[in-house]
Amino acid sequence: MNEILGFSALDLSRFQFATTSIFHYFFVPFTVGFAFLIAVLQTLAYRSGSARMENLTRFFGHLFFINFAVGVVTGIVQEFQFGMNWQGFSNFVGNIFGVPLALEVLMAFFLESTFLGIWWFGKGRIPAWASLACIWIVSVGTMISAFWIIIANAWMQHPVGFEIRDGRAVMTDFSAIVFNPKGLEWSAHILTGSLTVGAFFVLAVSAYHLRRRHEVESFRTSFKVALVVALVGSLGVTLSGHEQGQSAVRDQPMKYAAFSALWDTPTGNQMPESLLALPSNGLRENRLEVSLPYLGSFLAFNNFNEKAQGINELQREYVAKYGPGDYVPWVWPVYWSFRVMVGLGGVMLLVSLYYIWRWRQGKLDDPGRLYPLLLVMPLAPHLANFSGFIATEMGRQPWIVQGLLRTQDAVSNLSPLTVLLSLVAFWVVYLTLIGLDVFLLTRTARAGIHEPDVETPSIPSPEYLPEGVRS
Amino acid sequence: MNIDLPTLWFGVVALTFTIYFFLEGFDFGVGLLQPFLARREAERRAMIGTVGPFWAANEVWIILAAGVIFAAFPVWYGALMTSLYPLFALILLALIGRGVAFEYRAEIDHRRWRLFWDVTSFICNALPAFLWGVIMTNMVRGLPIGAGARFQGTPLDAFDLFSLLGGLATLSLFVLHGATFLLLRLETGSELYTRARAAALSFGAAATVLVLLFVYVGFVREELFNSFGYAEWIFPVAAALNLGLIWLALTLKRDALAFIATGLTIVASTATIFLSLLPNVLPSTLGDAYTLTVQNSASEPYTLRLLTWVGVIFLPLIIGYQAWNYYVFRQRVTESGGKPSGSVLPDTEA
Repeated sequence: MNEILGFSALDLSRFQFATTSIFHYFFVPFTVGFAFLIAVLQTLAYRSGSARMENLTRFFGHLFFINFAVGVVTGIVQEFQFGMNWQGFSNFVGNIFGVPLALEVLMAFFLESTFLGIWWFGKGRIPAWASLACIWIVSVGTMISAFWIIIANAWMQHPVGFEIRDGRAVMTDFSAIVFNPKGLEWSAHILTGSLTVGAFFVLAVSAYHLRRRHEVESFRTSFKVALVVALVGSLGVTLSGHEQGQSAVRDQPMKYAAFSALWDTPTGNQMPESLLALPSNGLRENRLEVSLPYLGSFLAFNNFNEKAQGINELQREYVAKYGPGDYVPWVWPVYWSFRVMVGLGGVMLLVSLYYIWRWRQGKLDDPGRLYPLLLVMPLAPHLANFSGFIATEMGRQPWIVQGLLRTQDAVSNLSPLTVLLSLVAFWVVYLTLIGLDVFLLTRTARAGIHEPDVETPSIPSPEYLPEGVRS
Repeated sequence: MNIDLPTLWFGVVALTFTIYFFLEGFDFGVGLLQPFLARREAERRAMIGTVGPFWAANEVWIILAAGVIFAAFPVWYGALMTSLYPLFALILLALIGRGVAFEYRAEIDHRRWRLFWDVTSFICNALPAFLWGVIMTNMVRGLPIGAGARFQGTPLDAFDLFSLLGGLATLSLFVLHGATFLLLRLETGSELYTRARAAALSFGAAATVLVLLFVYVGFVREELFNSFGYAEWIFPVAAALNLGLIWLALTLKRDALAFIATGLTIVASTATIFLSLLPNVLPSTLGDAYTLTVQNSASEPYTLRLLTWVGVIFLPLIIGYQAWNYYVFRQRVTESGGKPSGSVLPDTEA
């Protein structure tokens, strides 16, 4: 039996990988961005010695803890999947891809899980400076972890520092892999993107309590901190995104053409950018298209008279280079998810600027007319991440490793039923996890700070310690 | 025996699995014992409290073990995980469940909420504790691996009486290890402590029988452990002696000694598994030509040298700060400490 319900093991494995990665990717950027914000808040608490700030940190720490648990457990699945579903991939790239993965564990996972435990449970058991050091170590750990996984992914998109020996990729230059320009650009993009995830969450929670006049002084502080981070994050993510578009033109022209639904290489001496299109893979053209002249050239090359190759021309080139086959990704989801990502990035930037303006007007305590928007804003960076993931990962199909290994050659020879069963199980568990995570986050966030021991911050505050876990 | 780079890294794989089973073994055990030992809510909290600050960091060792196999032995990684796909899928789901159960149980003070997480936790601790034994048994005995390291069997191949016996052996060992860990972590005079001692004694007996039976079947029926080349009896005998030592330590009320002895039993058992594999990593039941060996499934020297440098720098560091973690939380868990002092929450009876 090679298919079940019309799906092959390849389809199902791809679907499973997308599912588990995207679910995992709801938690990871949140962890990265949020840990940084908490570390900043705790630094303020440490420097001021104020019990109020200490409680604020503890409150956000509780929220962080709820989310972190799910981030860790879904991460294990990510690693095992390469061996379970993608044996061809493991055999082909293990020499290279396994290394950043192992480095991630050695340099980051142990740090994060050990020091988060000490930070959370060790309150009152270790000195204040050690506690502050712990949360900074956790924050740096999450970033190191993100860095290595991006380096691994960047290699799949832009392989460097290797040679092919006996039909598999063998590492020849580790520094080329670490300093892969693609990886460095992406690190900037992903890290600033993660900051926006943490920042808009803290903004929403703070706004909720400011509106209700709960602990105004505390939440004003967290609002300000988060606002600055949100601005820096959304600016950074926009600029680094722009850089990446330009490198895609060079390294993954097919992906770039799919981002823009550019079927035919432009005939004039400039490239328009499509604003609205209904791309069709079957017709190899757009059913409808509205585009703006010159914009494409500017976005891709920073000038007004260069142009990229279209999908149809690239397809002909690839057939000549790699042999017969369809090298065109599924354009409409790539095109639209790319646009959703960019649009949401713009919204985040505008919202940050609006609140910076209100801050300067001295109206910070009142979230104003945009208040309802602010409450749903935490979804925006998540959706932007989701869309960015779809755009970049679908955009490189049919390659799993650009130009070297096709996805269809990477999959394990499993029965579709086996994969389907695991896929269903992961869906059930992950949907439950998301539900629980959102439920507990909202519940805890709404409950706010209610701290009886403001005078004695060295004693662990009962509310912010899960019961039974103190010895 | 020549220690070249692939063999060195095979040793690192064995070491990470050993540390993983040693550390996570006791938190599996504590999770499994909780429904049987704890009668009141405060006792349940105290039991969770014994592993609360540790379990997450313990679990990272399996992520490392997998990462090391992936980087150092990519062919082994793909073949093992694909062949035993359903077992690994179940382990992953269970690791998710127990992690979340640990963290979320205390979030809401409601009887049914806690009951849900207690049940989840029990199932999700039992599954990996059992399945690791099944996986290790299959790994030593070999799998129907064909050309291109591709699996030729069916998912059911992993299960027979011998591998189920292997599963029961790890399950009972981990429960025993959890029980002796509790003896180190609980207040010495408490009822819970007394019950943990009783559990240690009975599971000591069960684990002894199961481990000896497993070794006997492995030696005599399956002829598995004779590939050592020399002194093949050392590790199984050491494991058996340790099980005797546990009984002695429990009788003499030497808690630390009992814990060390259960730990050494796990170390010796894991060492037996990995040493009996050498020079293979995954024997093929379809013919020696398909067998994956340390040499033919390893990464290239460049990668292995790089990993060696990284390992030399980071492993001691990790062991160092994990030790500090255990030092910070060295005090025994008291029942009242299981609940915040002065808390307004009533000690609800379940």
